Amino acid sequence: MPQTSGTWNENRAVSRIRELEHLPGALLPILHALQEEFGYIDKAAIPLVAEALNISHAEVYGVIGFYHDFRETPPGRHVLKMCRAESCQSMGCDKTIQHVERRLGAKLGETTEDASFTLEAVYCLGLCALSPAVMLDGQPYGRVSSEIADFLIDNTQRRA
Amino acid sequence: MSGTVYIPGDAAAVAMGADAVARAVAEQAAARRLDVSIVRNGSRGLFWLEPLVEVATPQGRIAYGPVAADAVASLFDAGFLSGKPHAKCLGPTEEIPYLKRQERLTFARCGIIDPLSLSDYVSHGGYRGLERALKLKPEAIVEEVANSGLRGRGGAGFPTGIKWRTVLQTPAAQKYIVCNADEGDSGTYADRMIMEGDPFVLIEGMTIAGIAVGATSGYIYVRSEYPHAIEILRRAVSIAREQGYLGPNVADSGKAFDIDVRMGAGAYICGEETALLESLEGKRGQIRFKPPVPAIEGLFGKPTVVNNVISLATVPIVLDKGAEYYREFGMGKSRGTLTIQLAGNIKYGGLVEKAFGLTLREAIYDFGGGTASGRPLRAVQVGGPLGAYFPESLLDTPLDYEAFAAKKGLVGHGGIVVFDDTVNMARQGRFAMEFCAHESCGKCTPCRIGSTRGVEVIDRIIADEDRESNLALLNDLCELLTDGSLCALGGLTPFPVLSAVRYFPEDFAKPAPARPAGASFPHKSTETQSWR
Repeated sequence: MPQTSGTWNENRAVSRIRELEHLPGALLPILHALQEEFGYIDKAAIPLVAEALNISHAEVYGVIGFYHDFRETPPGRHVLKMCRAESCQSMGCDKTIQHVERRLGAKLGETTEDASFTLEAVYCLGLCALSPAVMLDGQPYGRVSSEIADFLIDNTQRRA
Repeated sequence: MSGTVYIPGDAAAVAMGADAVARAVAEQAAARRLDVSIVRNGSRGLFWLEPLVEVATPQGRIAYGPVAADAVASLFDAGFLSGKPHAKCLGPTEEIPYLKRQERLTFARCGIIDPLSLSDYVSHGGYRGLERALKLKPEAIVEEVANSGLRGRGGAGFPTGIKWRTVLQTPAAQKYIVCNADEGDSGTYADRMIMEGDPFVLIEGMTIAGIAVGATSGYIYVRSEYPHAIEILRRAVSIAREQGYLGPNVADSGKAFDIDVRMGAGAYICGEETALLESLEGKRGQIRFKPPVPAIEGLFGKPTVVNNVISLATVPIVLDKGAEYYREFGMGKSRGTLTIQLAGNIKYGGLVEKAFGLTLREAIYDFGGGTASGRPLRAVQVGGPLGAYFPESLLDTPLDYEAFAAKKGLVGHGGIVVFDDTVNMARQGRFAMEFCAHESCGKCTPCRIGSTRGVEVIDRIIADEDRESNLALLNDLCELLTDGSLCALGGLTPFPVLSAVRYFPEDFAKPAPARPAGASFPHKSTETQSWR
């Protein structure tokens, strides 16, 4: 299942903000909701969120920038998160990562030119007894060798 | 013919194809007109056997694993619904030695019950802890937890009862219970397993904490890397609310307690309790100065208990069976059980709940079966990215907070990551600094700047530029990080770095490969990956 990703729409953004603005500490839930809606957090959302929570633009932007999860540009149609923490290192994740980077022509943190894949580094998926691990569009996979990574990418491209 | 088939819905089982197996079982049952009910249980924690399928028989549960989706038809042909033999049959689940040799207290139900069935939970001893707590005065609940010797399982090992007592004794109109489920340490997954496999035990533990200290509101802060756990927790919370175990009148006690599940956003530092509180308040996850401690001024400035998932999930059994029962397990000042998580380059990776005191060697060899690659073990990192790297010669260290501290290591959250002899320890030391730089919240200078300087110094050592004086500089820098950082991220990063230098000096005395060569591990059987 491809990631939810759509073009920016102010009305949809406002309605997601309205749903959550009453919560104590609402900023993170709102930012997650916006990213779920659009795949990223558009700059145009910042004044809307700031106004709803009565905080400054800088505070909203500072929070977006602080957390690794929040994207400021639209991701590719599929997001492949590859774990590069110690457990996965011990099972050769670097090899798999290099292989995927070469194959897709994008590094961790980048999106392929055709916008089909965004590669992201992740530091632990909690699948450490089955390293190396990845998460493709929210689905976890264990024991991911280069061969398995190829299979996952092939399958995704076929479906696309 | 009818039957009940258990197929874990745990994220790690799903990562090995459990969803496809569940679909195949449903399809085969329909095609054969059999009345089969499928329970998506938690994992038993024997991950090399996942997907581990179990069937209920009059003789108890019989296990089959690892099961691939395309092997499901043959299981039906063999009569697995009545526990008949098959090449993948492992016999009675409870008799599998890996499981049988454990002391499962916190994980007593994980993998056994339907995680979202409250009646299953209650019929397996659930909510007996709360029932007893509701008959006690708040002070007595806190004393019970204090007397059990339970210490924070998140890593710091601070006595849980003392934290609770402080919150109880601090008057305030509003208090909070915050569950730290930001399990970011590589090599750990016990929090994830219990949240996915037995969420009500965490809810019960938090409820008892709330009643003990007078808090009516709880938050579970779960890392975003755990979408399955978040989904299950949210459903469990709403079921508990519907059944009157959460809300304005918990179990008809007249006392209120409710829980909100919040998602982190990919910041390792938010596992630090004050950064977590900032994040819950909707701010950057920057740590706070202490004092005041969160028990006095925590979430939104109110007295707050911040406990790890496993600490809170252990509270129900402490209340149910009593402090004396729990503290009989363990050694020295480490009482009760440790949920050891075997990870990395290990043959039989999984969850091992045992009384404190098992040695690293016993954990890695008697349970883990040695390395997955079959190559000699070279280094072991215990306690996550801030834990020391131990060489083979320290494997007889017992898993105990004080014994590890004496060897300049930490038990942490109980994760054990094994490396074989292909590892380059200068690279691992460098990674520890790089990780600290990547995850530093930026509040204090030693961590924010020191970690980046640390990467540079290690690079010069690896490149053989003035090696001796750069090694001395690295030592100085680590001393500064230890003494001058505000929290454990900067303060403990020297553990992996200096242990790598101390125990594996040969790796710092030769140029390292440009990029780390991955462990030369031939990809094992892929037959269990049913999604192929």
